Amino acid sequence: MTATGIGAPVRRKEDQRFVTGQGRYVDDFNRPGQTYAYFLRSPHAHATIRSINTGPAKIMPGVVAIFTGDDLAADKIGGLICGWMIHSKDGSPMKAGPHPALAQGKVRYVGDHVAVVIAETLAQAKDAAEAIVVDYEVLPAVADTAQATKSSVQIHDVSPDNTVFNWHLGNKDETEAAFARAKHVTKIDLVNNRLVPNALEPRAALGEYDPGNDNYTLYTTSQNPHVARLVLSAFIGVAPEHKLRVIAPDVGGGFGSKIFIYAEETVCVWAAKKVKRPVKWTSDRTEAFLSDAHGRDHVTHAEMATDENGKIIGLRVHTIANLGAYLSTFSSSVPTYLYAPLLSGQYDIPAIYCEVDAVYTNTAPVDAYRGAGRPEATFVVERLVEKTARELGQDPAELRRKNYVTQFPHQTPVIMAYDTGDYAASLDKALELADYKTFPQRKQESARRGKLRGIGFSSYIEACGIAPSQAVGSLGAGVGLWESAEVRVNPTGSVEVLTGSHSHGQGHETTFAQLVSDRLGIPIDQVSIVHGDTDKVQFGMGTYGSRSGAVGMSAIAKAIDKVIAKGKKVAAHVLEASEGDIEFKDGKFGVAGTDKTLGFGEVALQAYIAHKFSGQDLEPGLKEGAFYDPTNFTFPAGVHICEVEIDPDTGVTKIERWTAVDDFGVIINPMIVEGQVHGGIAQGVGQALLEGAFYDQSGQLITASFNDYCMPRAIDLPSFQVGMTVTPCPSNPLGIKGCGEAGAIAAPPAVINAITDALGHEDIAMPATPQAVWRAAQKTRMPMAAE
Amino acid sequence: MYAFEYHRPTSVSEAAKLAGQADDMKFIAGGHTLLPTMKMRLAGPANLIDLGQIAELRGITRSGDTLTIGAMTRYVEVLNSAEVRDAIPALVEMTELVGDPHVRHRGTIGGSIANNDPSADYPAACLALNATIVTDRRKIAADDFFQGIFTTALDEGEIITQVSFPIPSQAAYAKFRHPASRYALVGVFVAKHTDGVRVAVTGAGSNGVFRVAEMEDALSRNFAADALNGISVAEDEMNGDIHADAAYRAHLVGVMARRAVQAATLG
Ligand SMILES: Cc1cc2nc3c(=O)[nH]c(=O)nc-3n(C[C@H](O)[C@H](O)[C@H](O)COP(=O)(O)OP(=O)(O)OC[C@H]3O[C@@H](n4cnc5c(N)ncnc54)[C@H](O)[C@@H]3O)c2cc1C
Repeated sequence: MTATGIGAPVRRKEDQRFVTGQGRYVDDFNRPGQTYAYFLRSPHAHATIRSINTGPAKIMPGVVAIFTGDDLAADKIGGLICGWMIHSKDGSPMKAGPHPALAQGKVRYVGDHVAVVIAETLAQAKDAAEAIVVDYEVLPAVADTAQATKSSVQIHDVSPDNTVFNWHLGNKDETEAAFARAKHVTKIDLVNNRLVPNALEPRAALGEYDPGNDNYTLYTTSQNPHVARLVLSAFIGVAPEHKLRVIAPDVGGGFGSKIFIYAEETVCVWAAKKVKRPVKWTSDRTEAFLSDAHGRDHVTHAEMATDENGKIIGLRVHTIANLGAYLSTFSSSVPTYLYAPLLSGQYDIPAIYCEVDAVYTNTAPVDAYRGAGRPEATFVVERLVEKTARELGQDPAELRRKNYVTQFPHQTPVIMAYDTGDYAASLDKALELADYKTFPQRKQESARRGKLRGIGFSSYIEACGIAPSQAVGSLGAGVGLWESAEVRVNPTGSVEVLTGSHSHGQGHETTFAQLVSDRLGIPIDQVSIVHGDTDKVQFGMGTYGSRSGAVGMSAIAKAIDKVIAKGKKVAAHVLEASEGDIEFKDGKFGVAGTDKTLGFGEVALQAYIAHKFSGQDLEPGLKEGAFYDPTNFTFPAGVHICEVEIDPDTGVTKIERWTAVDDFGVIINPMIVEGQVHGGIAQGVGQALLEGAFYDQSGQLITASFNDYCMPRAIDLPSFQVGMTVTPCPSNPLGIKGCGEAGAIAAPPAVINAITDALGHEDIAMPATPQAVWRAAQKTRMPMAAE
Repeated sequence: MYAFEYHRPTSVSEAAKLAGQADDMKFIAGGHTLLPTMKMRLAGPANLIDLGQIAELRGITRSGDTLTIGAMTRYVEVLNSAEVRDAIPALVEMTELVGDPHVRHRGTIGGSIANNDPSADYPAACLALNATIVTDRRKIAADDFFQGIFTTALDEGEIITQVSFPIPSQAAYAKFRHPASRYALVGVFVAKHTDGVRVAVTGAGSNGVFRVAEMEDALSRNFAADALNGISVAEDEMNGDIHADAAYRAHLVGVMARRAVQAATLG
């Protein structure tokens, strides 16, 4: 390992820029003649729009234009799309209601887009928006997940009972048979709470039109600019693909919420041509709460069957998934193919059957949020396993061990073929780091102080990479999920890598450069990583699902291999040797068995001057591209152990210890990986203890600001004990599995298992706020008081 | 934010004069309550009178058994004041729990009291410490000043100039922070004075900050946490929201009162 190669804890190159305020985010871009867009949003969860009168508003100071859904329709601008087709059990396609960028006749959630005001200043746009008169006929609304299909409210014409699809996966008959012969059945009812992503940087869009060339440019907060371009051109139809440039510059966090193609960027590009001036929109925090795609929101009943030896023999799950008022870009895939295939967890479970009913409600659209489907699955499996252990009177660690998959590859009954792993190794290491043996002493010591201490496990698995294309295509994806890279060597020997991955906090500028430095033997400061601009980068599918390492870097590795192969040809010409005799080692091209070598920089220069190229067989230049499509998903897995202490007087839960042992395969930069683990745990703890988006009966979001929606803070978290185990991933050339979501996936069941352990009963939901825990602790203390 | 006329007087009399002339006006102190509401277009005064340049509104002085804090004194100045730490350490400890560093560097004592947010900390301190709120027109006892949620005895255009606190023999504040906002979900300030104990509760009451007579009587007889056993506040007078319903708040009032007494008797 070199100081900047694979495995080195290189400090992030991008942090100098970010920490000193030199980052360039969408809102930092300003174009000559720029105007400001403000979206008038629905104050009602459900209403028919009888009329919109923009007349008085249009003549207000500074107003450039006001548009409504009618204007978009007149220009034949299509609606927003959902790019993943799900079929119901009966074979019928999911019921996708229309999703216009600006409402046409109806609004379906608070925050829905009614009209856009474009003005010289934002304040003028807001003033004018207040003068727009909308005549609403308010309709009854349904916001509650479990009530959606029972309600008389009808949100979309295509779906009279608000069902999007009734989907299933697994083997029903075998599962029923397993339950019939089970020795023990554990049952659980779970709510996976709704979350608001809350990236530090809110969404923003700046659309520009150049009439001279008939070109459009969109600056936008996107995790996948090429996908945005494809959807905006091919499906929504705002501009032809080859005429639209999408730039996603520095992006301040996404967590999934910036994968999707939203109304606002659609309108900004379209309106820029209408008003012949650049149009800028930046979300404020309230708009973000109301209109960013939310995450999770499941109601689940699940049962686990075990035999007389404590072996899990069956699992059946029924989930209602709330998709909100409209189908967001990838919403349909989250509670289906990103969820049920993970229900086998780390366990050898021969029979699994899962049914998912996806429903519409009068709430913001729900889509992928850090982990997307996999946290939901892990919560079901890990809560059930823990509860099973308690009901059987077994140690939760040992019950897990007994059921672990140990032979690889392992085919689950729910699609996935696990390629490699050593789950017991992670468990052993975690038990040791967590000092599990002495937990009873710590529990006693807490009890002496009147506190309740508990310990909880989470033995999670996830599927990352979100690839290969053939597999996701067969499951309904509308796109391929490969990645592309171009490695451009300059005549001076420095290297630019153009990648289709997008960094919005992941540290690609560092880790990708480490790969190049490692493979080409050049200093890391000779490498720059270019991403986020469709005019620069050849193509790309973007960053989500922990795919940038496994898929994105593999594409770079493939392109590097091509560069080295070409470099050997160049060296052969220059060194007057046969190509087969050229070796590339430690950054030098040499003739085998001799001391004749050329440095990487010399070969680069020779490639461009081409003075020594004899004949026509070798092209000048040193620049290679590659598309990479892996052979399987990757399967990061690990064990997290959470230890809590509860103050029964107030209900405050304090996390005393956190142990995380993860197997991410080969690690490029351990410091960045640890950072990802820390951040993921923080978000998972947020879900378990603090965060929850709540709508009232009428569909008003009552947690629409940081005053009511509780984000995790540093003081809510302990210092983490992070350990690693490594089984290299066999399905990509670098052996990488991915680490971006693990913490958020692992954490919620670890926390709730610890709290239920402390309480001595299972009756607590997420978020386990002080109030909820205090109330639950009443039940715990009663028997003690009676003693 | 709506457009407004901005005024920056340098004396209380000038500010009072401006306030008398301008209709639809608001004073601005630290702005940490007022500015967010203006930005969200929930408030839109035509005239904004900034009290920030008025030197006579600042400063902390002790004279005998009374500590006096100017209305425009910022939280951070209380935190850094040896005088306050010496006279009423509980006030410093409470101030450490107000908001975050930004809030403590901008927010003012006068602003907090004038605003009388039902979950703000200072109203509890004023009530328990039996403070006197001094304005450009009169002196108002804390008992008469706080009149319900966001409601005070202040008249239109009346300016708080300072607050004076009798120095108690023992005092402490126990705050249960609202998980999201970090304001007081329940905050209890107890203070032992020569003529008895005062207990003030913020965050919990549906009508804003209040005193608990039963606790005061018990603690005046015996200033110990155990004296509070069996005393509770009425649930139907408590606030409720998704983070804490009335029953939980009522329960926390008891817990925080005990903790405050424990802290006061430890010190
Ligand atoms: C993120 C955040 C967290 C916070 N957390 C807490 C907390 O934990 N505990 C807490 O107690 N508070 C908290 N606050 C509120 C903070 O303390 C406010 O700053 C304070 O309540 C108001 O003080 P100000 O100086 O900012 O007043 P401003 O916002 O300037 O004014 C508030 C009101 O008081 C009036 N006013 C101001 N000064 C005078 C005066 N001298 N005479 C007459 N009227 C006057 C104004 O006209 C206005 O109506 C928080 C605020 C924020 C933004």
